[in-house]
Amino acid sequence: MTIRFTQDHEWIKLDGEIATVGITDYAQNSLGDVVFVEVPDAGKALAKGKEAAVVESVKAASEIYAPVDGTVTEGNGALVDNPALANTDPLGEGWFFKMTIADAAQLDALMDEAAYKSYVESL
Amino acid sequence: MGSSSDTVLSTPLNALHRSLGAKMVPFAGYDMPVQYPLGVLKEHLHTRDKAGLFDVSHMGQVRLRGADPARALEALVPGDLLALAPGRIRYTMFTNAAGGILDDLMVTRISDSELFVVINAACKTADLAHLHANLPGVEIEYLGDEAGLLALQGPAAAAVMARLAPETASMPFMSMLATRIGGIAVQVSRSGYTGEDGFEVSVAGGEAEALARLLLAEPEVEAIGLGARDSLRLEAGLCLYGHDIDTTTTPIEAALGWTISKRRKAEGGFPGAAVVQAQLKDGVTRKRVGIQPEGRAPAREHTEIQDPDGNRIGEITSGGFGPTVNAPVAMGYVAASHAAVGTPVQLIVRGKPLPAKVAALPFAPHRYFKG
Repeated sequence: MTIRFTQDHEWIKLDGEIATVGITDYAQNSLGDVVFVEVPDAGKALAKGKEAAVVESVKAASEIYAPVDGTVTEGNGALVDNPALANTDPLGEGWFFKMTIADAAQLDALMDEAAYKSYVESL
Repeated sequence: MGSSSDTVLSTPLNALHRSLGAKMVPFAGYDMPVQYPLGVLKEHLHTRDKAGLFDVSHMGQVRLRGADPARALEALVPGDLLALAPGRIRYTMFTNAAGGILDDLMVTRISDSELFVVINAACKTADLAHLHANLPGVEIEYLGDEAGLLALQGPAAAAVMARLAPETASMPFMSMLATRIGGIAVQVSRSGYTGEDGFEVSVAGGEAEALARLLLAEPEVEAIGLGARDSLRLEAGLCLYGHDIDTTTTPIEAALGWTISKRRKAEGGFPGAAVVQAQLKDGVTRKRVGIQPEGRAPAREHTEIQDPDGNRIGEITSGGFGPTVNAPVAMGYVAASHAAVGTPVQLIVRGKPLPAKVAALPFAPHRYFKG
């Protein structure tokens, strides 16, 4: 299983043909208590770097960007019903959506775990 | 309210905030705690459940002295200061010639020859210039950028304060007394910005941290940041200057007519009185109201408000998630024809119309101490 990270603090984890996308622990910690999320419906075409989902804390609204090009296969309904999962389990139950990947090379170009860790430390 | 480059000022509690693990942000020229490790949501709920301690030292504290400073200040505000008894507090606003609001403020009559005034941090310079220009013969003492002002808010605030200063127990809402807490000279007001019972305590900058530590040592008290301060005041339906009220809004449009007494409505004698009197007589074209989104999506400041047919009728001025209401809450201005409670409206959030209703304010009931 490959996990990659974006500079906007999304993670994407590939399992077979389907990738799962969420926000990192750093992201959830910066946002604070998540009170609302909007996830994309299955079938929606996503473009790398474009808005894919919405996350709102008490303080502010933020966009979640698609880490790569592809098509949504599922939005996380459990997260919509319980947005706090984004805080309590950002890399697990708090995932946002699953997608197919149009171009595997886009995934390889993202940061791996070690690179993301040093990126966060540099902020 | 500013970028990191213009953060120059620190409150006397800056080191304390950092030692408590606060996340600091620039606000109105000050380096301020937006939240502590507890987080905005829990800080908000803790304040409604027990008691929260807020650093509001960034606000401006001013003493006005003279033969009759209340009469003099009435020339700048629509509030009835002549009717204010010694030791009592009034909420009012500086208006301009068009009836617009320059700032909102709290005025305490210390004695017949002295008023104590608290103004917004971002308006301090302009307000002080306004006072100097318009109150000849009144001595204006600004307590300084590093004076201390702490707020203790919540249902347990009275019990905490009574433990430290028993004479505060019987203070009615919107009254003030001078006393000592742990030997520190303080001026305690029963007032606040959360809708809860509570106190605002003015203290010398040099003793503010010692006072804050005394209050934080009480078991009911947690430190609360600006994030929860904003969600608490929004649920309480209280205006934030520069957002819900500004120079383009009059007290009547802002639904603050209750702050103007019968005498002042009749006599006028404050900047923009003719505009305010005409609006009282003929009505206003727009009005500040509560807005309750029907779904879970918060509607933030500047969100467009439309009637159900898609016609623009106004804009959200404060909006977010209300932790006590456990739903999104907002305030904004709508056309007077759509201001009745229950009127259906729609909010344009990320390009999509979301159903909402005009709602009664406050969203969370006020729990002030009436004695």
